[in-house]
Amino acid sequence: MKANKSRRSFLKNISFATASALALSSCELKSLDKFFQKNFRTLSKKEIDQMIKELEEDYQTKYGKEFHVSAKPATDQTLFGYALDISRCIGCRRCVYACVEENNQSRDPQIHWIQVLQMEKEKGVDFAHSDVHYNPEKVPEEGHFYLPVQCQQCRNPQCTTVCPVKATWQEPDGIVVVDYNWCIGCRYCMAACPYGARHFNWAEPNVPADKINTETHYLGNRPRLKGVVEKCTFCIQRVREGRYPACVEVCPVGARKFGNLLDPESEIRYILENKRVLVLKQELNTQPKFYYFFGV
Amino acid sequence: MNFIHFIRGSLKIIFQGSKMYYAWLLFLFLMILWGALGYGNQLAEGLVKTHMRDSVSWAFYIGNFTFLVGIAAAAVMLVIPAYIYNWKPIKEIVIFGELLAVCAVIMSIAFIIVDIGNPQRFWHMLPGLGTMNFPSSMLSWDFFVLLTYLIINFAVVSHLLYSIFYGKEYNKKAVLVLVFISIPMAVAIHTVTAFLYNAIPARPFWNSALLAPRFLASAFCSGPAILLILFQLLRKFTHFEIKDEAIWTIAELMVYAMFIYLFFTVAELFKEFYSGTEHILYWKYLLFGIGDNKELVPYSWSSIIMGCIAFLLFLVPRTRKNFVTLNIGAVLIYASVYVEKGIALIIPGFTPDTLGQIYVYTPSMTEIRTAAMIFSLGFLLFTFLVKIAIAIIFEDYSVKSIEKKLTMSEQRN
Amino acid sequence: MTKKTNIPTNRKLHSPDKAEGFQVQRSFPQLVLLLLCATLIFSCHRKESAYNKNVLPNQAIKDTLKSTEYAVEAPPLTEGIFPCSDCHSELEPNPERRTLDWHEEITGIFDHDSENRWCLDCHDLENRDSLRLASGKLLNFKESYKLCGQCHGEKLRDWKVGVHGKRTGEWNGEKEYLLCVHCHNPHAPKFESLTPEPPPVRQEDIQ
Repeated sequence: MKANKSRRSFLKNISFATASALALSSCELKSLDKFFQKNFRTLSKKEIDQMIKELEEDYQTKYGKEFHVSAKPATDQTLFGYALDISRCIGCRRCVYACVEENNQSRDPQIHWIQVLQMEKEKGVDFAHSDVHYNPEKVPEEGHFYLPVQCQQCRNPQCTTVCPVKATWQEPDGIVVVDYNWCIGCRYCMAACPYGARHFNWAEPNVPADKINTETHYLGNRPRLKGVVEKCTFCIQRVREGRYPACVEVCPVGARKFGNLLDPESEIRYILENKRVLVLKQELNTQPKFYYFFGV
Repeated sequence: MNFIHFIRGSLKIIFQGSKMYYAWLLFLFLMILWGALGYGNQLAEGLVKTHMRDSVSWAFYIGNFTFLVGIAAAAVMLVIPAYIYNWKPIKEIVIFGELLAVCAVIMSIAFIIVDIGNPQRFWHMLPGLGTMNFPSSMLSWDFFVLLTYLIINFAVVSHLLYSIFYGKEYNKKAVLVLVFISIPMAVAIHTVTAFLYNAIPARPFWNSALLAPRFLASAFCSGPAILLILFQLLRKFTHFEIKDEAIWTIAELMVYAMFIYLFFTVAELFKEFYSGTEHILYWKYLLFGIGDNKELVPYSWSSIIMGCIAFLLFLVPRTRKNFVTLNIGAVLIYASVYVEKGIALIIPGFTPDTLGQIYVYTPSMTEIRTAAMIFSLGFLLFTFLVKIAIAIIFEDYSVKSIEKKLTMSEQRN
Repeated sequence: MTKKTNIPTNRKLHSPDKAEGFQVQRSFPQLVLLLLCATLIFSCHRKESAYNKNVLPNQAIKDTLKSTEYAVEAPPLTEGIFPCSDCHSELEPNPERRTLDWHEEITGIFDHDSENRWCLDCHDLENRDSLRLASGKLLNFKESYKLCGQCHGEKLRDWKVGVHGKRTGEWNGEKEYLLCVHCHNPHAPKFESLTPEPPPVRQEDIQ
């Protein structure tokens, strides 16, 4: 009798356990699926669509807003280039914060894709004597100039070469992107970048729901995860739709120029052909597509 | 069946020992527990619990990784002189050297795993399963050679112990081939680790062709230092027989290594300071500090001073042949290389950062605890392996003894 | 700075209390007198406008075809100031360079090669609703960039290709330009300094 009872309860327990395991596994299946998700570049069109649908749902539940995640590929005959007029920049940092808002950078802990360096005119471009924490009443300050630095979108990027898992690469239109779902967070790319352009999510990124930009790109400004590297993508979600990057549009002095390097009529080509142009750390042969020029 | 006996027997060996031994185990367990709690916090909150930040994006963990790769490399490289000078217990030297190498490699891989932001994605690096960026990424090379090195050494040492355990003749040919593969592999793992840093033009502090040679030289100082002390302990407590001359020869080889290391470092310093390009900044930060930022100065100078004292103690025949001063020298050189690799190699590479900004890095408590956890785990593993090896080699722990015990207990019953 | 010269007395016409005066008028003879004055002023100015018509060539403002290429809504002028002829049509044009003591909002800040230049280098003497090139050609306020380009030719050239100044819109399609005067006050064109956005958090403080 006693044995019988215990056997029955044993069976009951077993079936209960199985049922709960099944329920759990269906719940866990999604995260398991995520765990085994493949590198973006090895996915088929169908897999990408499926994944994006799931991402949009996830973001909606997280932020309570409808999201659009684009995976729009590069268009033919485009190679994006950027030019920044050092003689115009006044160091107001409008670009830094426009970028944060457009690209959903974590507010706390703070991540800035653009670093504006204040330099002394007397010393020229000299990183060792530059300052990112300048904070006077008014800018520009006497005797100083300003050098905003963000991803230089190198033609010969060191960061993608060193990545042990191919989680970062250069797109056909020249934008260096990161697959946040593939990055293992080893930060080798950060060691290899000569421009301090790569930033790491040291903790869970935090963007208030009312500040989130819901117009996103898979390889760009979609919400990020803890423990992955992120960087400037020339606002891939905007430029692939034909628009200017956010930093270009916000700059109050019009120091920021953007365009297609393959289009001889573009403003960027005009600058390369008619202005005095420099790239940072030329000796490293990274061949940036981000140029600094003197407009005057 | 025999294998189960082996496991049971080994477990018994592991947990038998003097009070000192138990105290040692208890200490390691406590350290592991203390460290694991810290690491758990890092897993939950993210690497924000460390003091690494965007400017100094690699630090203490990667420094320890580099140091341990050096230990792993040197432990096996010691086989070359053992072979050339025909030290008598060459088989034993190989076994203990490779056991140390196995533990050091496991610890170094552990340091990589705690350093990465998404350890659960480690499989992305595996060929076939993930998308390993081979041969372009030096990190994938490093992972590849470390794994091969681990497998080779594990195969050799387990085959040797297994043969002794079963009282069989070991496969001399296969072991010899594998040992001769693992020697260049030892050079390879440390060279590739050096190339990991050396091939980054963004960091002038590392971008020197002398980095790999310096790594090898420094490894040849610190790795044998551990074995030197281990051999003395084995000689004292077991039937392990190694002549004083062999130990002195090891010490002599270490002097050469130290001299070469010193020479390389002086060559590097001369080039940097005499030419005085902008790249001098990093050395300046390391040795003298920049402005008020002198955080690394005590570390760098203590490493230099310890290294120089050790060099002198090993260089003078009288102190080299005195076991007190010899051991002091061994501890000093070990500590010197540890500080050099752990602190003075990685951090100045990032300070000032690529945009000239100075972020002052010192390891956080979480980092120290996590490192303590890995070192304790490594020591624990090494203790267990050495204990089993000692039993097999010197204490007649074998299949026969197990069978004998079994029959005896059966007879008693 | 401009030299101080004697100022003609027609300033009174500008004074605001004149409008109040209109409302105060009650008695009939005064009203008749006022009417007479008004007729006199009107007839005088008729003569003057006839003179303008005959003497000044090319007085109509013509937009050039090319200007539509950069057609951007010009920034609004100060409220109530335009058309300038509302007031200026009642004034005798005085080509003599002098320090004005009205239009303080402009003379107070004027800093555009003030040693050598003054109002009538850009504003037309006769047609106050128009700008004027050195050639005498009249220019709509909407096309002010041509006036700027008269001296700052290199800037105009850069601006036309989108290198000087700011463009918004599409890098490969429709762009919106800003005119010179959107960013530069034509009377004091030097860019005003700005309060910078806060500096980044120090990495030491990221917890």
